Amino acid sequence: MTEITSLSLFELIKNIKEKKISSNEAAKSFVDRSEKSKKLNVYVTENFENCLKLSKEFDNNPNFDLKLPGIPIAVKDLFCTNEVRTTAGSNILNNFVPSYESTVTKNIWKEGGILLGKLNCDEFAMGSSNETSFFGNVQNPIAKDLVPGGSSGGSSAALAANLTPVTIGTDTGGSIRQPASFTGTVGLKPTYGSCSRYGIVAFASSLDQAGPMSKDVKDSSILLEVISSFDKKDSTSIDFKRNNYSSELTRNIKGLKIGIPKEYRVDGMPDEIEKLWEKGIEYAKDCGAEIIDISLPHTSYALPTYYIVAPAEASSNLARYDGVKYGLRSSGKSLIDMYEKTRSEGFGEEVKRRIMIGTYVLSSGYYDAYYLKAQKVRQLIKQDFDQAYNKVDAILTPSTPSSAFKIGEKSNDPVSMYLNDIFTVPVNLAGLPGISIPAGVDKNNYPLGLQIIGKPFDEQTVLNIAYSMEEKINYKNNITDWWMK
Amino acid sequence: MSKNNSEYLIERNDNVYEVVIGLEVHAQVTSDSKLFSSSSTKFGAEPNTQVSLVDAAFPGMLPVINEFCVKQAIKTGIGLKAKINNKSVFDRKNYFYADLPQGYQISQYKYPIVGEGNVILDMPEGQKQVGIERLHLEQDAGKSIHDVDPSNTLVDLNRSGVALMEIVSKPDLRSPDEVNAYIKKLRSIMRYLGTCDGNMQEGSLRADVNVSVRIKGSTNLGTRCEIKNVNSIKFMQMAIIYEANRQVDLIEEGVEIDQETRLFDTKKNETRSMRSKEDAHDYRYFPDPDLLPLEITDEFIDLLKSEIPELPDDKKKRFIDEFKVSPYEATILVSDIDTAKYFEEVVAKMGKNRDMKLAVNWITGELFAVLNNKNIEIAQSPISAKNLAKLINLIKNGTISGKIAKTIFELMLDGDIDPQIIVEEKGLKQESDPKALEALIDKIINDNREKAIEYKQGKEKLFGFFVGQAMKASGGKANPQLINEILKKKL
Repeated sequence: MTEITSLSLFELIKNIKEKKISSNEAAKSFVDRSEKSKKLNVYVTENFENCLKLSKEFDNNPNFDLKLPGIPIAVKDLFCTNEVRTTAGSNILNNFVPSYESTVTKNIWKEGGILLGKLNCDEFAMGSSNETSFFGNVQNPIAKDLVPGGSSGGSSAALAANLTPVTIGTDTGGSIRQPASFTGTVGLKPTYGSCSRYGIVAFASSLDQAGPMSKDVKDSSILLEVISSFDKKDSTSIDFKRNNYSSELTRNIKGLKIGIPKEYRVDGMPDEIEKLWEKGIEYAKDCGAEIIDISLPHTSYALPTYYIVAPAEASSNLARYDGVKYGLRSSGKSLIDMYEKTRSEGFGEEVKRRIMIGTYVLSSGYYDAYYLKAQKVRQLIKQDFDQAYNKVDAILTPSTPSSAFKIGEKSNDPVSMYLNDIFTVPVNLAGLPGISIPAGVDKNNYPLGLQIIGKPFDEQTVLNIAYSMEEKINYKNNITDWWMK
Repeated sequence: MSKNNSEYLIERNDNVYEVVIGLEVHAQVTSDSKLFSSSSTKFGAEPNTQVSLVDAAFPGMLPVINEFCVKQAIKTGIGLKAKINNKSVFDRKNYFYADLPQGYQISQYKYPIVGEGNVILDMPEGQKQVGIERLHLEQDAGKSIHDVDPSNTLVDLNRSGVALMEIVSKPDLRSPDEVNAYIKKLRSIMRYLGTCDGNMQEGSLRADVNVSVRIKGSTNLGTRCEIKNVNSIKFMQMAIIYEANRQVDLIEEGVEIDQETRLFDTKKNETRSMRSKEDAHDYRYFPDPDLLPLEITDEFIDLLKSEIPELPDDKKKRFIDEFKVSPYEATILVSDIDTAKYFEEVVAKMGKNRDMKLAVNWITGELFAVLNNKNIEIAQSPISAKNLAKLINLIKNGTISGKIAKTIFELMLDGDIDPQIIVEEKGLKQESDPKALEALIDKIINDNREKAIEYKQGKEKLFGFFVGQAMKASGGKANPQLINEILKKKL
């Protein structure tokens, strides 16, 4: 029999329901493998003992009607978890233990999931390589000293290394899809308003969205079904009819129109990305989809727009970390002195950079030129998609302009780091659903992903296309467990 | 300064200055829970016992608008005859302070919930209309306590997140008296509506006062100074007088006035500079991405309009029309909703033979004096409207004299006693039997023959002597009107 840890979520659930594997056996397998994988540095906080205990309790009194019956799951450390330390990858929350649970994680525990631990991420989800985390770099299981992407880098690495059957991340500008692409895994950012933001440490409120990360498309559909819910505690949560994503999942996408935006052929894009995209188009055709060339004319403004809107919101969202109520407090001679020391010591370089940018673009005299203009451009980007969706059902693009890079390779060049998000940020700005699926490898055998973008609230179509193409692509990660040797 | 009206002018050398005042009133919304959380707003609780995770800005916590507070703001807008905006937006006002947990205050900046309106003031020289610029909803901050611990500042977050309405007037006020009338009128309207209790001691009503001066007759506005957070009408008036004179002195010395924020020191009775325009905060307002714009339909506004009670101006008009009271009396009666209620109840209980003059005089005279003495509100009046109406009716139907009524009133204070019972128990019923009074008067004239002759010879002021004797002989119970009539006849 295959190892428990390499089973898909779907298979694991099946085995547990058929009583071939107990919840405790599953928990043990993931805990054991995690214990042997410390070199990857995926966990900020382990919840192993408690997970083993809870899995036993599940086995003693099992409920197989649940969607995640006794399934151990590790989550990104941006989700507040009751009585379990939540750091957001930051020194300023190093000692913070919430007394409450995020809605998304609550939904998972309600369906039988059991917390394995909290996964490393870029500080306050600001980063594309997990290198901004206060808790250190995460190793990509694909190869040594390769970044796992970010900000959900601990999540993607844990998934690719089979340390958790599925996981959840958050995606503000690509933080689910880019690390999925870098690790040969699947990551879905749902429509803004699908998954409640209640209890998720905020980065940029108008862009943040939680979503599933998994080893295959079907698993993402199962997890999305669990975490997507209307929540009155989040005023931006939307009350729409949610599908039974996993049972409605189909590979029949015959006749669906898929758009290919010409503006995504950016200057300096590596050949292999171009080729991957061409291959993707062929796969989509093979699946029965109709390919249509479309234009998203404001694409080139998306990145600058994003890097105004997101830091602006972040600069305000992070004001609450002031040493007064919780988290780190450095001693100071006065209130202002205490603020300055706490925030200087508590925040890392990238977070400080974005607070500075955000404060600048909101300041009097600059607001109209930056923030207000960015909001207007954001509307234009949304309209681009609206118009495209008059002609097509979904859009196919590469997930990232390159494959995973080496740790340290871009950490001194923020702009080159920001360029990682070039294909993913327009989706956040427009609030659309987008998925990244593994589609091939580059010359170093590092994974590359393709992105499928859907209409608002049409996660089902996005999943169906991905599910169908996944079968044709037939990608398999080659994980050598190098870190255990 | 002229004494006969509410005008306030400052004369220096040959110049006459007028003062231009605009107020930003912060009124606490009457609501059981806070603007964006379900925490209690009850006053006087132990520090930090009414604080939710949202109020304390824990990571991942999100604001959710309290619909009741929105209704209260709309109702207040209707009371101010103001435009209710179908769409308004909550913005973040960013600044750091220990008692501001989020690091920003959620307020409304560009698009407030209520637009322009007006308030009518009843001044001695006539009515005056004061423009309302806008009303918006915002969160209150917590409280920093500096004087409990010698080396630390303590923070109480009970007030953090409580809903406030900021009501901004146009610079239409011209004197401390008008400010007094304006605040009282605003308070009165909100108390009628039940949208703010107006309790200044508990901080439910505070104001930032904008003051500038200019040569009377000029239409240009002078440079203004804003006096922050003044919490009583008296202090507002003192601050305005000090500040206006300070500015006039500067202008007369040829010194330019700096636009600045000032604080009023109540102990020294002076305003002091807090920060200049250059040091003003850059609040970096932007729309709060955690909240959707507030969209209010006309149907919703109409529904709330139908729930609006009769407001002071309408009530005043009705009192004048229906009860024939003078405009002056009506103004006093409607100024406080509880007084108006009390008056209307007295009127109702007086029944068909009601006497408005007596009712007004007794309420604004005897009763107000007692309330003033005891320093209590009319809602806690020791005499119920029902019993006061009975007392007035006893006077009206001649059972007792006005003088006896005052004695009875004093007795009624001790437990709201029915005046009828006092009259019966103490035998205070007025003597109105003409035969009995004639016999009594005959005896007095007989006992004072000489005085009676003097009267007849023209010493008319002796008439009062005979009235006094008659009242005395009757123990004060004789009907004074009858005494007069009989005496005139007999003498």
